[in-house]
Amino acid sequence: MSDKKPEEKEGPVQVLQTPVRLEYVFSAGQSASRLLGAMAKGKLLGQRCPVDGRVYFPSRGSCPQHGVPLDGAPVELADKGTVATYSIVRIPIEKVPLELPYVTVQVVLDGADTVLMHLLKCDVDKVHMGMRVQAKWKPREEWTSSVENILYFEPIDEPDAPYDSFKEHI
Amino acid sequence: MAELTAVIGIGQTKHAAKRIDVSMAGLIREAAERALADAECTWADIDAVVIGKAPDMFEGVMMPELFLNDAVGGAYKPMLRVHTAGSVGGSTGIVAASLVQAGIHDRVLCVAFEKQSESNATWALSISMPFSVATVVGAGGYFAPLIRGYIRRSGCPEEIGIQVAVKDRLNALKNPYAHLQLADITPQMVRDSPMLWDPIRYLETCPSSDGACAMVMAKESIAKRASKPVAWIHATEMRSEPTMFSGRDQVMPRATLDNAKSLYEKAGITNPRKEIDCAEIYVPFSWYEPMWMEGMLISDTNQGWKMTESGATALDGDFPVNMSGGVLSSNPIGASGLLRFAEAALQVRGMAGEHQVDGAKKALGHAYGGGSQYFSTWIVGSEKP
Repeated sequence: MSDKKPEEKEGPVQVLQTPVRLEYVFSAGQSASRLLGAMAKGKLLGQRCPVDGRVYFPSRGSCPQHGVPLDGAPVELADKGTVATYSIVRIPIEKVPLELPYVTVQVVLDGADTVLMHLLKCDVDKVHMGMRVQAKWKPREEWTSSVENILYFEPIDEPDAPYDSFKEHI
Repeated sequence: MAELTAVIGIGQTKHAAKRIDVSMAGLIREAAERALADAECTWADIDAVVIGKAPDMFEGVMMPELFLNDAVGGAYKPMLRVHTAGSVGGSTGIVAASLVQAGIHDRVLCVAFEKQSESNATWALSISMPFSVATVVGAGGYFAPLIRGYIRRSGCPEEIGIQVAVKDRLNALKNPYAHLQLADITPQMVRDSPMLWDPIRYLETCPSSDGACAMVMAKESIAKRASKPVAWIHATEMRSEPTMFSGRDQVMPRATLDNAKSLYEKAGITNPRKEIDCAEIYVPFSWYEPMWMEGMLISDTNQGWKMTESGATALDGDFPVNMSGGVLSSNPIGASGLLRFAEAALQVRGMAGEHQVDGAKKALGHAYGGGSQYFSTWIVGSEKP
């Protein structure tokens, strides 16, 4: 804010600052509720589509493609997976616990048939498609009912997954 | 049988990073009055108004169509607002056209706009959700991994992104309405610009613009009395699909392929590369030129970059793309799709000025939006279909 009172300003008033603040109340629904509840226990729960058997993570309770409810019985997934595709980001964003430049990845978790968008902590020159990665969790005492319990993914010492095994997820 | 419909008037603003000389209403009015003047009609001649813009969060103004009713001449007339994310300009044009084609109205005005300087679209696109982790900022962060997927599949060389970035900016120099006017742009300058979301460089992205576009559409009996050439609408098409599902081809979504097939079928086009004279395609990141050449079935799969490389998509090529400078030169997001449709219409009317493709008789206008999940397209021609 300027020290001057508005009427003392010279020239036309062309722009006014009018900040808006929004807070949302999110109705999780059964599926997200179960997912977030499991996150608090360090578990990754997916759900299977009854039409094509594909496992969704994170699941929103219904299959976007077939328009049907996903199976009620959850599928527990590993916290390891394969990098399908990625980007190296040089623009900062709040909430990302990595320094610039950092890597964003689309990870296919073992046992899932969808990609999970997340962060990868690694040497940016080393990231590549097919890279095997594992979740780095917050300390257990900091876990809440939130997907943010996973801080980022990290490379693991496993051979790359073959391109054909993940190419449909790109 | 649908009413034969034509574009009889087109108007657009001078697009710029900040148009603080006008309000949102003034911006729209500038484009709309130019469209009316071009159509040689007055506000009283308009039967209905269709307005489009991208998400309200982009300016932080909820439902701007409420307070813009008078600015678009909507008082006591049917008025409706369209929203399909980044493709909204295209679908706004299509909704307006369909109101005439359906025989409901004789003359319809459509207006699309964005005043990006009034807020921060990148912020609006980066809202965190309770079921996913905040990873990236802006649309570039979303599309960069998909572009990498395209490069991996097609073997598209790094030069292609740079080539498109230069070509579209050189075209923009011929378009007085274009936002970016980079007279000294060179491939080296693009290469040296900062890598934002690898593989997307700063100069391979679109700017953030204030701007609006408007068009007047009319039924055949009115259009054929026009003193200026009109653009006859040969076909329109839209498709959508969910953002995420297992096995979704994010690089080349089924919705774009279905949309293209249906559009050409309606327009009676069997060989788009040969039968279409030029195209305005929604290319917010330079790599999307080759991607949508394939997505619009103008090129074979994984070969689109060869059209760019060979110079076919240059203004003097055999299939010019983004003659106006495209989204890479002006990006008032909500208007961007309608600007693509308008450029296609200007071309077949022979009114595109310095960026006119000689003898253009049939042109494609294209827009996409969301996570490559909305597609709006049309084919316009100098002759009746």
